[in-house]
Order: sequence, then structure tokens, then C-alpha cells
Amino acid sequence: MTIKEVAALAKPWVSGSAQPFVRIQSITKKFDDFVAVDDVSLDIYKGELFCLLGGSGCGKSTLLRMLAGFETPTEGSIEIDGQDMAGIPAYDRPTNMMFQSYALFPHMTVERNIAYGLLREGVRKAEAMERVADMLRLVQLERFAGRKPDQLSGGQRQRVALARALVKRPKLLLLDEPLGALDKKLREETQFELVKIQETLGVTFIVVTHDQEEAMTISSRIGVMNAGRIVQVGEPAEIYEHPNSRFVADFIGSVNLFAGHVTVDEADHIDIATPELEGVIHVGHGVSCSPGQELFYAIRPEKLRLSRARPDLPNTFPAMVDEVAYMGNLSIYRLRLPSGRHLNATQVNLSRHVEDAISWDENVWVSWDDNAGVVLTR
Amino acid sequence: MMRASTFLVIFCVLGFIFLYAPILSLIIFSFNESKLVTVWGGFSTKWYGELFRDPQILRAAWVSIQVAVVSATAAVVLGTLAAYVLTRFGRFRTRALLTGMVTAPLVMPDVITGLSLLLLFVAMDQLIGWPAGRGMTTIIIAHVTFCMAYVAVVVQSRLASLDRSLEEAAMDLGARPVRVFFDITIPVIAPALIAGWLLAFTLSLDDLVIASFVTGPGASTLPMVIFSKVRLGVSPDINALATIIIAIVALGVLVATWQLKRSRRS
Repeated sequence: MTIKEVAALAKPWVSGSAQPFVRIQSITKKFDDFVAVDDVSLDIYKGELFCLLGGSGCGKSTLLRMLAGFETPTEGSIEIDGQDMAGIPAYDRPTNMMFQSYALFPHMTVERNIAYGLLREGVRKAEAMERVADMLRLVQLERFAGRKPDQLSGGQRQRVALARALVKRPKLLLLDEPLGALDKKLREETQFELVKIQETLGVTFIVVTHDQEEAMTISSRIGVMNAGRIVQVGEPAEIYEHPNSRFVADFIGSVNLFAGHVTVDEADHIDIATPELEGVIHVGHGVSCSPGQELFYAIRPEKLRLSRARPDLPNTFPAMVDEVAYMGNLSIYRLRLPSGRHLNATQVNLSRHVEDAISWDENVWVSWDDNAGVVLTR
Repeated sequence: MMRASTFLVIFCVLGFIFLYAPILSLIIFSFNESKLVTVWGGFSTKWYGELFRDPQILRAAWVSIQVAVVSATAAVVLGTLAAYVLTRFGRFRTRALLTGMVTAPLVMPDVITGLSLLLLFVAMDQLIGWPAGRGMTTIIIAHVTFCMAYVAVVVQSRLASLDRSLEEAAMDLGARPVRVFFDITIPVIAPALIAGWLLAFTLSLDDLVIASFVTGPGASTLPMVIFSKVRLGVSPDINALATIIIAIVALGVLVATWQLKRSRRS
């Protein structure tokens, strides 16, 4: 196998030849006059951990509930493993869902909660109990089999909910804000556990989350949603480094955004003039645009360099340090440009000697490489 | 500050006296030796013995308990269904009408409920021959109609606060809707159902007005017998009976409140 073929196996969405496992085709969901999901099409491949990312009310949960069968699409179709899901009720779908509230049955023990789905399926009691024991081992809760949900901590409940959803060996696992109710430390630990379990079992996961850091950490691909639409689909690094719109650039991570117009439009570079900067922004590659066109330029704070001496970089501008936020591993600088515009820049604290670090009210040079920023036309 | 608090204490004590003095005097006089109701003649439990030798009262008590058990049970079933429809079906055309009908007995004077039911039973007897005559059956039907309203209100508030995703989770795990209802919904709202049953039981046991309207010969409930006896003059054995009823009802209300609190908490 060539490197390219291996890559295609690991990333079926790159090759384009693989059959999608979940095929969502122009799905629309209306609640009366409100359009919750607006003409969404999406292909998800077997073994993926796909994240639907968006703010509250963007339609991500509604999309997930349509996959589970709790909501009926107004228009469009959903196919799971080649089977059209239209008219198939939630209890007959090859999917299981992990709910944001976990939805553990309060009157049943952990063991009975997990066994419930198997017994409904008609699995014999002895076999069901064996599979429940396996699951409890997987999520490391063997000792808690006889407890009721209200005798468990948040993290333990989360794991019971995961075990209950996984024990039926669904083809597709849907997770609605699976880590939302956990505190930060536990969330970070659980993220890795979740990915490990997903890789062990090879089940396709679709995760809904509003936490962009979480999405970046766990997913194979991310679908960013806004106002009922999918704005961009891509691998985490792609979404972060090549956002396709101002919304995505702004939603994922933090960004410095300039509005400007094209002054030079060549095949291998363009220049953008903006009233907020003295001089132009050089972009070291061609962009499909026309001279005079209004567009946006986005640059991430960590791509900016600060120095006392003027560096030899294509984009170099004077600035003054307004504020410094020391975070330990890095520092965030709030810079003021002569135009009054503020810029955020993060610098890794390489040295332990903070005395000679750039500080308040210093005049500095802020600069960046001509390939560090992204030109956005919408 | 100090004066205000003394004032409050006095008011509180007065309030309690106002509410409980009649009940307390009744309980005290039920242990009265004397046959005269208003004269204390020493401690005795003889009226309790007398009470249990009175066949009329025992028969009425038995009728009342049967009526209360059957109508509370039926009211819980119907009230739960009504509550389920009202909380779950979203908007439907006759929703406002159903809400009104379910809660009407809560605000309707007993006299009117009793009278309208009596008219209905008489008309039905003439038209379709059922219920033939009036007696325990008609009392039970009447009690179900007004007890159901109380049950519906109690269960509705519990259903409204029930996490819908519990039912969705069960469905997601392969349970059909009927299965979900019995496996998940019923056990989770069980405390509210028990509270509703106890409430209906005590309401049915207490009712005099509606029962008087819809009853027929041979079916007298306990409150009806007490009322007719008191009209001929209060005898001390009624005090004993009233004390027993107060004890039962107080216990019922206590357990119902406790169950309701538990259901709110979970």
C-alpha cells in the first residue's frame, strides 16, 4: 500500500470512493414557522467520531434527535448503513443515544439500567448479565452494579449512561453533550476515555457539543453549525487553520479580524488595505478575488510575533502594549495600534525570567508571516 | 421587634386554637363517662365499645370503606390517564374543554355536582336501564368523578416535571411506547399516584353532600349515618366514631403529603 492508500483508509472522506455509513440528505426540520435545521446534507463514515459543533439553538441537537428517531424530518432523508430511516421508530433503529441529562432510570440499579436494552431486545437473562458485566468492566464500575443512580457521582453516572448506550452494540452511537455536566478536570480525563472506548469498539460516534476545545480534542471531523445550517465540515486542524467564513474563524478559537479591500491582485500574492493598519497586509498566495473587492483577513493571536527590534517580516506594524495577562505557560498581550484598534497576541513563555519580558506600555513591533493569516470572502 | 414577635406568637396560638379546639374537645369528650355530651363524668372508653356493637354504624362504615377503596382506585386510573393526555398530547382541538372538565369538580359546589349527577342517573335509568336504581354503584361513580379531578391535578404536576428523556431513553433502548409507560413512567410517578390515591380515599370517606344526593335505599355511608343520628341529638358514641375517622383521615393526609414530598424530591 502506498502512503496515499493508507491515508485514504484512515480518512475515508478524503478519497471520496468509500461508502458513507450515515447519509443525511437535504434534511430540514421546521417547528411551526421556526426552521431548526435548514437543508443539511452530511456524509459520515464508519468508525468516525464526528462532532456537531455550534452554539445553543443552532439545530445540532435537533439533527441528532432526527437521527435517533425522536423527531421526524420535515423534508429530506436519513440513511444509516444503506437503510432509509423514514418511518422507522426510535425503538427499531440501529442507533443508541447517550442523553445530556444521562436519563438513567432512577428506580433501577446500575446493572438493571444497563441490562434494560438487552432484555427488550429478547436477549436471554444469563447472556444479558454477562454482557452487562463486560460493559461494567469496560467503564470500570464493577463495584457499583447494585447501586441506584442517585448514589453515584456525576462522572460515574456519565459512565453508566455510556455503558447502557453501548451494551446493545449499536451501529451508531449518538451522544448529546456527553461531558457537559462534568467539571473541567474530569471532562478532560473522560475525553480521552471516550476516544479510547470508541477506538476499541470501532462504533461510529456522532457527538453534539458546544465546547469547541472538546470537539477539537476528540473528533475525527467537525461539522460547524450556525442557524440550522452546516457552515463547514472538516478535520479539526482544517477547521482551525482554514476556516471558510468569518463565523467559523470567530467561533473556533480566538482571532483578530480586519475588514479591508484588495489593492494588489496577482497570481502568487495579494495586498489588502485596511483603515485599521498603516500600510497594507501582504498575503503570500493567490486568492480568487478581484481588485477593490471588500473582504476580511483573520489572524490567530499565536501567529503574531512581538519584538522590541524591528523584524524583517512582510507584515510588520508598530503597536503599544495595553495589557498583559500572564497565564503561566503563555501570556496574552493586548496591543493597541496607532489607529486605536486592539489586537490580541499570545506568546509562549520560553524563559523563566519574566523580568525582561515585554511589559505594559512598551512600544513594540507586531509582525507575522505572509502565510499566517486567512483571507475570508464571507 | 420584640413586640412584633410576641404579637405573631399570640396570633399563631389563636389560629391553632381556632382550628383545633373543636376537634380537640370532640376527642376529649369521646372518652367521657357521662351520657350527657357537655358534662364531664370521668374517663371511659365505653362509647367505643358501644360503637362497635351498633350494627347500623358498622354497616355504614363497611359501605364507606368499600366505596372509598373502589372509587379511589378508579379515580387514580382515570385521573392518571387524563393527566397524561393533558401533559403529553400538546395542543389538540378540545384541549381547553378537557382541562375545564377535568378541573371543574374542584371548584363546583358539592350540591351542584350531587344534583347534576342525580339527574343524570335518573335519566340514564329511564333511558338505558343502567344504573338500575341508586345505591353503592351510583355513589362510587359520583365519587370517581370528583376524586379524579384531584388525582389529575396531583399527577399532572408530577408528569410535567418528569424528565422526558427518561422515556426517550427507554424507547431508544428498544421499548415500545406501552412498555415505556409501564416500565418507566408509572414507577417514576408512583409516589404521586400513591398520594393521589390517599387523597381520593379520604375525600370519598369524608363526602356527605354528593353521596346523599345519589344514594338510594340500603346504601348509607358513614357520614350520612352520623348526620342523621346527630339530627336526633348528639350521643357520645358519635364522638368516638368521629375521633376514629379523624385519626384515619389524618393518617391518610399525612402519608399522602409525605409521598408527595418524596415525589417532588426525586
